[in-house]
Amino acid sequence: MVRASFSVARLPGFASTAILVFVALYLPIFTLVAYSFNASQSVAVWGGFSLDWYAKAWANQQVKEATVRSLVIAVSAAGIATTVATMAALGTTRRRAFKGQTFIYVMINQPLMVPEIVTAVALLILFGIIKQATGIQGLGYVILAHSAFCIPFAYLPIRARLEGMDLTLETAAADLYATPWQTFRRVTLPLLAPGIVAGAMLAFVISLDDVVITEFVKSGGQDTLPTYMLGQLRRQLTPEMNAISAMLLALTLVLLTAFFLLTRKKD
Amino acid sequence: MSLAEDRVIRASARNGWLLSTPALVLLFVAAAGPLLIMLVYSFLTPGQYGNVVGEFSWDGWVGILWSQDIFSGEWVLADAHMTIFWRSLSLSMMTTLFTFVVGFPTAWFIATRPASQRAMWLFLITIPFWTNLLIRTYAINEVLRKEGLVNMILLKLGVIDVPLEMLYGPFAIFVGMTYVYLPLMVLPLFAAIDRFDMNLLEAGYDLYASRMQVLRRVILPIVKPGIIAGSILVFVPSLGAYVTPRVLGGGKQMMIGNFIDLQFGQGRNWPLGAALSMALLVIVMVALLVYVRYASRDGSKSHG
Repeated sequence: MVRASFSVARLPGFASTAILVFVALYLPIFTLVAYSFNASQSVAVWGGFSLDWYAKAWANQQVKEATVRSLVIAVSAAGIATTVATMAALGTTRRRAFKGQTFIYVMINQPLMVPEIVTAVALLILFGIIKQATGIQGLGYVILAHSAFCIPFAYLPIRARLEGMDLTLETAAADLYATPWQTFRRVTLPLLAPGIVAGAMLAFVISLDDVVITEFVKSGGQDTLPTYMLGQLRRQLTPEMNAISAMLLALTLVLLTAFFLLTRKKD
Repeated sequence: MSLAEDRVIRASARNGWLLSTPALVLLFVAAAGPLLIMLVYSFLTPGQYGNVVGEFSWDGWVGILWSQDIFSGEWVLADAHMTIFWRSLSLSMMTTLFTFVVGFPTAWFIATRPASQRAMWLFLITIPFWTNLLIRTYAINEVLRKEGLVNMILLKLGVIDVPLEMLYGPFAIFVGMTYVYLPLMVLPLFAAIDRFDMNLLEAGYDLYASRMQVLRRVILPIVKPGIIAGSILVFVPSLGAYVTPRVLGGGKQMMIGNFIDLQFGQGRNWPLGAALSMALLVIVMVALLVYVRYASRDGSKSHG
């Protein structure tokens, strides 16, 4: 009787703490989403179910522009970061360790180590100098900054995929007189594709979510959705804010689920 | 080594470098390089309307700890700066400690689920991690505010008569940082516990160890690398936090990140801002180096 209930891996209070943690993790997000359906004018009082705030957010010109800008930046940055990260992953895996490889790893992971606020002000200084010298304005600065800090996020899943890949297939292709380019195009790339897509999606999500670096790098009138929201948080809030958050949450969730399915190990 | 072999190896290294070059150039231009320019800026003199003038000065670095009296021109220890540093440090340490206290049971719980469920529980921890930081901070704002969920529940239960003022202060920042950085503690802890051999527990209990003894003498020493990894992953972003203290601290309760921001805005003291950023960077790098040292030493040494 006692033996049956005694599991070695069970520690008292651990399971209940864990359940509480999961509840605490999701309750605020659920509350946020629930209040986006609030008919009341204030975020404080529940006034019944309504989709008005979604309609309002949808009709808000500033929100619309910020959304489009966020998507343009995220697509461009994810595209650039994934391309260079794929090349770097091909260059740093499946070959004999070479001199300077550690330096390349450190450089690629550098954005993960430096606090965002530090990179943000450093870019503010650099781009300030360039803008003054050349007079060139535009979204390019934000895209450049995003491309750089997205690289490690794109690199890691691609490298993981490459390391798990079967080398013999490429050797076989070479044995069958395929040129290196043909081997890459017809064998390596299709096998690597899930890793590349996964990397691109992570880069996209990271770019879409960025607040700090964007806030410092953007010029006037270049608000992305997160920097627009940060600006709004200073004012009197309406459930419109919740509606925007809920839509952004939904987009992230869709991308993450796709990422999860893509990288899942087949049993 | 034959000449041909040597040539193949060298060609392989060259290709490795060539393929990595575009990424390296991009990272140098928009991530690592700007830090060097900032280092230069920390040794210049502030301009009247922000930016800098090209005159060498130590004042940026001295200004981290001391401030100049406007009237006498004397340098005195800057109490206001100390308050901000202490707030950053203490809040970051409290956040790290608390995420460990609740994160360890959570990671243990996930690692001891049946294999078929584990991926699902892990995914549940990962979702908030990838969710927009600003949205999560705003969600905490919603929960803590005067008419928020916590006050609503406490009022209903009759624990309190008047709503608690929880927002805009160190407490709200602590809750917010714990909330947003918790997954960073749970994930490395899970990785360490997942590799833990549960037979060791059986051995411990066979030798009449109590649960507490097994936890302290068997589990914790073995998962220590995971504890250190999780602590660094939480401590580093906490120390450099910007969004959470800005939204939940209400402007007056600054942390280092907001203090840096201030120097580039109203403060109009770019050299001080640059010096503060470099100092923060150095602290973070030291923390990471300690971790790398510790992790590599621990990896080469076998347990037992």
